[in-house]
Amino acid sequence: MIDFTKYKNRDISVDYMYVEGSTDPQSWSEKFSQVVKRTLNGELFVGLWVVFREMLKFNIHTVKYPLEKLPISPRYRALHQIKRLMDSGNQRCIGCGLCEKICIANCISITTGVDESGRKAVERYTINLGRCIYCGFCAEVCPELAITHGQDYENVSEQRAHFATMNELVTPMDIFKAGKQKEYPGFGSVTPNADDNIKNTPLAY
Amino acid sequence: MDSYIFWTVVKVIVILTVFSALAGITTYFERKVLAFMQRRLGPSHVGPYGLLQVLADGIKLFTKEDIIPQNAIRPIFMIAPVIAAATAFIAMSAVPFLPGIIVSDVNVGILFVLGVMAVGMYAPLLAGMASDNKWSLLGAARTVVQMLSFEVVTGLSLIAPLMMVGSLSLIDINNYQGEHGWIVFTQPIAFILYLIAGYAETNRTPFDLLEHEAEIVTGYATEYSGMRWGLFAIGEYANMFTVAFVASLVFLGGYNDMLLIPGGLAIIIKVSALIFLFLWVRAAWPHVRPDQLMWLCWKVLMPLAVVNILITGLVLI
Repeated sequence: MIDFTKYKNRDISVDYMYVEGSTDPQSWSEKFSQVVKRTLNGELFVGLWVVFREMLKFNIHTVKYPLEKLPISPRYRALHQIKRLMDSGNQRCIGCGLCEKICIANCISITTGVDESGRKAVERYTINLGRCIYCGFCAEVCPELAITHGQDYENVSEQRAHFATMNELVTPMDIFKAGKQKEYPGFGSVTPNADDNIKNTPLAY
Repeated sequence: MDSYIFWTVVKVIVILTVFSALAGITTYFERKVLAFMQRRLGPSHVGPYGLLQVLADGIKLFTKEDIIPQNAIRPIFMIAPVIAAATAFIAMSAVPFLPGIIVSDVNVGILFVLGVMAVGMYAPLLAGMASDNKWSLLGAARTVVQMLSFEVVTGLSLIAPLMMVGSLSLIDINNYQGEHGWIVFTQPIAFILYLIAGYAETNRTPFDLLEHEAEIVTGYATEYSGMRWGLFAIGEYANMFTVAFVASLVFLGGYNDMLLIPGGLAIIIKVSALIFLFLWVRAAWPHVRPDQLMWLCWKVLMPLAVVNILITGLVLI
């Protein structure tokens, strides 16, 4: 049983510990001895040795960025990806509009209509990457795992035309057919132990 | 007579060229050494191992726009960096760099070097006062205070070895050490005092509070750009070399032969070691505060130097 009474004790003065700082030397002799002690105890040479040791070890931590990159987390939220269905290769998006609704930067806009076979279809899907703050809410809310965040973070350009259009965000067909569409392990996806977390519907009530 | 003038001009040109180039190369080594000591790589993209970085920096400095602020006093603003570089190089004219390589063997050589380096103080002073900028002015004030104070320490610390040698000529000092051994062993305190004061006078790191980036941008050089700023930098590095040469000539045995090493190589090794010490100290030690600097100068170093002179005098008697 947890003793909740101790959490109500807001008076910290009982356990409060005062750290005694050093006091400035008062008399002339104390000042002199402090100077002598600080001069002769060799702290400066410790500093010299430390940097010299690092130079001899030559343990360089520089990452030559454009040539080599640090690995990034699978949960990293960079440029969006639009995924395809495993079987048919159609886009997974069902046009529910949840991502548009939840987007706090108002950068997603989605227009749906009815296609020739009378089914709901996504006519237009745009993400204004200039406004996107990469919060990941769209990926988290998507019921079909259709929109995810990829790991492509180098999206700098001189011209608007260089930025991604919808066609570049969608998994290309050749990569899809080769079975290389990677499922998203990160933000908003199903966790590896999702099955364990499923609870039975409480029909017993 | 004509051949004397001719060879002097040749020497001047050679020394100017070599030390201008050395100033650039030292910036490369400074960046590399600092980087290695901080676990970085330093310049590595321009040329093999970044060796051509010096060239790139030079092109940048020479072709950069030379901005003169509207309210600056133009002639003084323009002449100040020239004073910095000129005094640094004039001071070298009395320093024997290698055996037989000296522009003119003045019989008051060390006094001449110290005096001209002290005149170099006008460069930051005029630059700061002409720039019409608060940081420049603060930087200039700090420079003058610092350099004036440490001139005293430099002078007093050098008096003790000069008393032992009995001559102000750097060649005589060098020859004295050839007979009696290095002066650093008999005057260790003077050597340390001279090094500390040398760091303060060349504005190197433990005492570079006149260019303190965090406080006063770059001090007196705030308003300078392009090659005018470059002249300040060249002056600083040339002064570093002068201080290193004087330290090795007066205290570390100069260009006398060291066992098997010939004298010319010996002094180059000594100067390289001292320059490395400059860079090493910059990587390791923090700045001091201006009041700490003044405290150090007037309450510690100057009394020590005076006591050192007294003891030397008593021993000599």
